[in-house]
Amino acid sequence: MSNDIFVLVEHHGGAISETTNELFGMARGLAEASGGAVVGCLLGSGASSLAEGLAADAVLSVQAPELAAFVPEAYAATLAALVAERDPRVLLIANTTVGMDVAGAVSGRTGRPLVAYCSAITVEGDTLVVTSQVYGGKLNAEVQTASGAIVSVVGGSAPAASGGSPTVETVAPPDLSGLRTTFVARVEAQSGDVDITGEEILVSVGRGIGGEDNIELAQELADALGATVSASRPVTDAGWLPKSRQVGKSGRKVKPKLYLACGISGAPEHLEGMSDAELIIAINTDEKAPIFDVAHYGATADLFDLLPALTDQVRAVST
Amino acid sequence: MKTLVPLKQTVDLVEELELNDDGTDVEREYLTFKLNEWDEQALEEALLIKDAVGGEVTVVALDEPDADQSLYGARAKGADRAVKLTGDFAAGVSSHARAAILAGFLESQSFDLVLIGVQTPEDLDGQTGVILAGMLGLPHASVAVAVEPDGDALKVTQEMGAGVTHQLRIVGPAVVGVQAARAAPRYVPISRIRAAMQEGGLEQQPAAEVEAVSGLTVRRMYAPQSSSHAEMLGADADAAAARIIEIIRERGVLKV
Ligand SMILES: Cc1cc2nc3c(=O)[nH]c(=O)nc-3n(C[C@H](O)[C@H](O)[C@H](O)COP(=O)(O)OP(=O)(O)OC[C@H]3O[C@@H](n4cnc5c(N)ncnc54)[C@H](O)[C@@H]3O)c2cc1C
Ligand SMILES: Nc1ncnc2c1ncn2[C@@H]1O[C@H](COP(=O)(O)O)[C@@H](O)[C@H]1O
Repeated sequence: MSNDIFVLVEHHGGAISETTNELFGMARGLAEASGGAVVGCLLGSGASSLAEGLAADAVLSVQAPELAAFVPEAYAATLAALVAERDPRVLLIANTTVGMDVAGAVSGRTGRPLVAYCSAITVEGDTLVVTSQVYGGKLNAEVQTASGAIVSVVGGSAPAASGGSPTVETVAPPDLSGLRTTFVARVEAQSGDVDITGEEILVSVGRGIGGEDNIELAQELADALGATVSASRPVTDAGWLPKSRQVGKSGRKVKPKLYLACGISGAPEHLEGMSDAELIIAINTDEKAPIFDVAHYGATADLFDLLPALTDQVRAVST
Repeated sequence: MKTLVPLKQTVDLVEELELNDDGTDVEREYLTFKLNEWDEQALEEALLIKDAVGGEVTVVALDEPDADQSLYGARAKGADRAVKLTGDFAAGVSSHARAAILAGFLESQSFDLVLIGVQTPEDLDGQTGVILAGMLGLPHASVAVAVEPDGDALKVTQEMGAGVTHQLRIVGPAVVGVQAARAAPRYVPISRIRAAMQEGGLEQQPAAEVEAVSGLTVRRMYAPQSSSHAEMLGADADAAAARIIEIIRERGVLKV
């Protein structure tokens, strides 16, 4: 086994993803502890110039027409071959869609252990010790596994690093004939009714709002505050609010002056989209809800009481 | 189209999560379990495909708490077959072990598509669907928000974040992890589920014997203690509202 720390380089439209740079930030300390190098794995088609500026010692560049776009099957096959051949100490993958697709598949293909939802990792001799967020962020698990593991890392777990000048080694792709997946198209975000990323105050509702008819309670408060209503995923999935209102990992990243989270538990995928808000106030009847770990203020009142009370009081001071 | 939908019973996160004596896992004995919400989405997508082009939907679950309820619920919604894999799963089943068990089951089945929930809250060792795809060397796509038949292939819409999607064309058999179905999961009244239970017809077979394959050892589990926990304003709505008004006025968010 080599002592190197591998990082899957994720890139879209010719730009390196922010989470990739976080992985490099995380990899440096691990490489120091294990006595190896930080090695980026750059898969693409004619994209090896993206290696420039990565905070890595070396980049393994695998370029093939089949890797021009993100084709899960092609990425899994290529990465599995690379890992099997080079035998890194750890392979770090961001817990994005790309990561959620590829990490498990590479584990399944290679038999290497996988630790998911990692927020911190250390090396103890031959052992890796990983802290993972499980049960919707309600619990942390500290797990140990043997060297050679694949680790998928939650966004925001390490400060981003960039600005290196790695050496680039070109590696031949494995046999990619016989792929049964074809990339058809990338569809950019539809511009929604409002752009929640530009709003100063968001009244955000989660599953606790209970149903479409109750959205009005949040809308009334938003109207009184001059705010906009946003939501967690289950609310937009159910069609109670448009997709463009969704905050989080697969929705929008917001940074308002005030984020009022109502009936939102604070799953890691939601926190990814709002934890940088200047002021977070959470309303949730469950005092153990993880949202209270990122909120500045919290109330355990029932939102069906608190939202109307707030609306009344805002109206009272505003008139 | 023959679609297989694995169903998993997961811990209901609304509950207080108690830890076992050595603090390495949740105390399963006293928890309530429900069908993983993403499996419910996967089942809906399978039924939408069947509504559109016909075919057969098979649901399969390990014999975990209240699995029968979920299997019969799926039957009541329109699944053609429901299979329970028996064995002792009281200590919990890792994603790798689950994938290996499903791989064993799939050996005896003909199928075009496995639709599975994109994740469950306890996937410490990763998501079962893609591990299964890796073990079987099948094409896969995760975080899907639409899976539609397209001639003899599948058109899969994959959510990339920030409103961006990718469209893939996959020739099955394939494994797709479903984030959300194209429509909200259909509702069946409890009476229909009871009727399905009375009708019976669950197929049962022993789960494939697999070794504990996750390769992870949990040292401890604990509730995260943030040093920056919220300052709590209590449970009284009027009092909390008054404090919130004060806070947002002080911060200049409410400009009156
Ligand atoms: C790939 C992927 C991407 C994802 N992307 C996103 C994303 O972009 N955004 C996102 O939000 N999620 C996302 N999720 C889903 C995420 O994992 C959670 O399922 C989701 O955030 C939970 O939403 P919630 O907090 O509204 O619901 P729940 O977790 O069900 O929480 C509801 C909360 O409401 C509280 N509550 C209930 N009734 C009341 C009441 N009367 N008064 C006060 N409180 C009450 C409950 O105590 C509970 O804490 C993603 C998941 C995956 C797998
Ligand atoms: N490593 C990668 N990770 C994720 N997506 C990728 C990757 N490589 C290429 N793509 C996708 O391929 C398409 C073209 O990317 P690019 O070649 O960087 O312009 C985009 O839609 C990207 O999303």
